[in-house]
Amino acid sequence: MATEKPKEIVLNPIFKNNPIALQVLGVCSALAVTTSMNVAVVMTLAVIFVLALSNTFVSLIRNYIPSSIRIIVQITIIASLVIVVDQFLKAFAYDISRQLSVFVGLIITNCIILGRAEAYAMQNGPGMSFIDGVGNALGYGVVLLIVGFFRELFGSGSLFGVQLMTLTSDGGWYVANGMMLLPPSAFFIIGLMIWAIRSWYPDQVEHDEFKIQANTKPREVL
Amino acid sequence: MSKNKDSIKNVFTVAFLLCLVCSVIVSGAAVALKDRQDANQVHNQRTNILLAAGLIEPREATFDRVNELFNEIHIRVVDLRTGEFAEDINAEEFEQLRAASDPERSQRLEEDPAGIRRLENYGLVYLVGDIDNPDRIIIPVRGAGLWSTLHGFLALESDANTIAGLGFHDHAETPGLGGEVDNPNWLRQWPGKKVYEEGTKNPRLGLARNPDPDHEVDTLAGATLTARGVTNLLQFWTGERGYGAFLTKYREGV
Repeated sequence: MATEKPKEIVLNPIFKNNPIALQVLGVCSALAVTTSMNVAVVMTLAVIFVLALSNTFVSLIRNYIPSSIRIIVQITIIASLVIVVDQFLKAFAYDISRQLSVFVGLIITNCIILGRAEAYAMQNGPGMSFIDGVGNALGYGVVLLIVGFFRELFGSGSLFGVQLMTLTSDGGWYVANGMMLLPPSAFFIIGLMIWAIRSWYPDQVEHDEFKIQANTKPREVL
Repeated sequence: MSKNKDSIKNVFTVAFLLCLVCSVIVSGAAVALKDRQDANQVHNQRTNILLAAGLIEPREATFDRVNELFNEIHIRVVDLRTGEFAEDINAEEFEQLRAASDPERSQRLEEDPAGIRRLENYGLVYLVGDIDNPDRIIIPVRGAGLWSTLHGFLALESDANTIAGLGFHDHAETPGLGGEVDNPNWLRQWPGKKVYEEGTKNPRLGLARNPDPDHEVDTLAGATLTARGVTNLLQFWTGERGYGAFLTKYREGV
């Protein structure tokens, strides 16, 4: 860990060590905010901002944080940043903040952010922590954007709100797949992505923690 | 430093300083952005009203345009029980939904087709143009669909019978099925329909599979319960418990 270069810290979490695909963290919000690309992009930016700065601030004061209250300290910093983001969205991107509704606030509970603060920022300097935050947020964002791409394209026939395939309800040819707009489709897409990534990097495949042995005593079978 | 990091004194110092800094940042952001946020909220509400009334297209809903159009709109409070204007209530400050949940300013509905539980005594109306002879009469409507309460605005022409437009700005119905209530193409069927059965005070408007061309529009495919909810809420708010008494004043031959 200590010898990683900044470039690797940014790029690794995107595919090799993706917080959603490998660590399976932060899935909840990935289901909720990926119905359209606009929302996914804003959510990604919000998470980049919060994760990069929370990592930086936690790292800056890491030598002063008493270990007994360290989680509370981290959460306080994260929560403050999230409130600031929420206020900014309400002031400058009102429509999108209405669509994101509670999910901006729920960035606080996104395990990726607390996970990076606890696992990385508490041990590393502010500069590296900042880069690590950006990298992990990008990893989260890439998944969000890929899922959002498929959901918006097949669910509403558009991308970034621009209609690409005319819907039958507007007199066109494309029958919108309504399920794409419902949360289960995000599960399917994320599942397929994890499959694809783990086929690409076979070392990500988790091995069974134990093997089921064949029965050796015939009596136990009965 | 690392030795007394976990001392009780240090725990309190760190906690106190952290809270101080964070609260300054948070309250600073909240106070500095308050005006813009309030303006956004008002703008959003006004845009919804104008969209429902068909006075504006979604694309041209800029701040200036909305404010300009809204200058011609008079907001009044109406006593829903009598249909008279309630001049002693300030319409700018009146919050209809809050009144609906206040036991002193609302009543429990025994018969509740729209699924709203409590009905407020007073409601808002938006009159476009002249108050006595408005070009458009816009009333807020709400009611239960399948999953959620739908909130919208119904705009009527000056005869208080012909529909000028309908729009829902807040709902959580199934996307693609009941969620199509905010599809502009579906909403385009409404203008021109009549609210009331001829010569009576009975609302006839609604959604139906074989729509009666004067009053009804095509129902939403695959959304029976949302469609029933929308029909019920429209009939409720234009009926005698809703704005019926108020609208009668503008109608002729009733």
